[in-house]
Amino acid sequence: MTVFAFYMFAALVIASGAFTILARNPVHSVLWLILAFFNAAGLMVLVGAEFLAMLLIVVYVGAVAVLFLFVVMMLNIDFAELRAGFMKNAPLGVAIAVILLAELVLGIGAYRAGKLELGTPLGDAAPIAGASNTESLGALIYTKYLFLFEVAGVILLVAMIGAIVLTHRGQRSTRGHQNIAKQNARRPQDATVNVKPEVGQGVEL
Amino acid sequence: MIGIEHYIIVSSILFVLGVLGIFMNRKNIIVVLMAIELILLAVNINLVAFSAFLGDLAGQVFAMFVLTVAAGEAAIGLAILVIYFRSRGTIAVDDVNQMKG
Repeated sequence: MTVFAFYMFAALVIASGAFTILARNPVHSVLWLILAFFNAAGLMVLVGAEFLAMLLIVVYVGAVAVLFLFVVMMLNIDFAELRAGFMKNAPLGVAIAVILLAELVLGIGAYRAGKLELGTPLGDAAPIAGASNTESLGALIYTKYLFLFEVAGVILLVAMIGAIVLTHRGQRSTRGHQNIAKQNARRPQDATVNVKPEVGQGVEL
Repeated sequence: MIGIEHYIIVSSILFVLGVLGIFMNRKNIIVVLMAIELILLAVNINLVAFSAFLGDLAGQVFAMFVLTVAAGEAAIGLAILVIYFRSRGTIAVDDVNQMKG
């Protein structure tokens, strides 16, 4: 059962990753990306990392993918024009991908042949026996990795402020906005003029 | 039985797909950002698999931090994309030269 689930999740994550980069429409790309994240979460559940799997779904599907969808749909982009270089770039891309894959296969082959030592864990980050994955992870990030955890929070805050500052447009137009300082600074003697026009003549203001 | 090799193979294929996506969709920066997300996902799968098979939770903690940085990167990247689109009316990135001295 585990083997079947692994192969199903693995095949689906690879297939949806491929469709993400090959889809003609970026909206479809985002949807394939969501499927890829769901299946990666499945892979993580299989090895007992439930907390991270759920985090992946919440953060990616709930936030990042929706952000991508918003941007794709908000910007009115001519996607046919952007696809023009697709076939032109393909040979270089495939060549680099093949080289990378060959290197990775070589690495995995070397590991299998020589049984490289993976190293042994120190033991101070071992999961607590009998506790759930979430509980052991929480016991770790709030003690040993507390500083890193808080730095992660600061990074998110900076990213949030940065994104808001970058896209904020300020006052869109002067119409309909009240400038209170200007209102208060106005004096009657500046605003009104007393004129005595001659009979039959208009007033130049 | 599923060993760590299976996970490494899946994540390396996913990583290569991400790199391929960057090169194939060089004009469409949105898909390039999605390919970067795929690469980070491959890294996360690797970290989690190693953490689980070694019986050490540090890998999962680091995967969480990778997730944090990935979310921040996506937000900032898309914000830059939005302001670029506002000023240029296109997102074709191969003729970006505004910062050229």
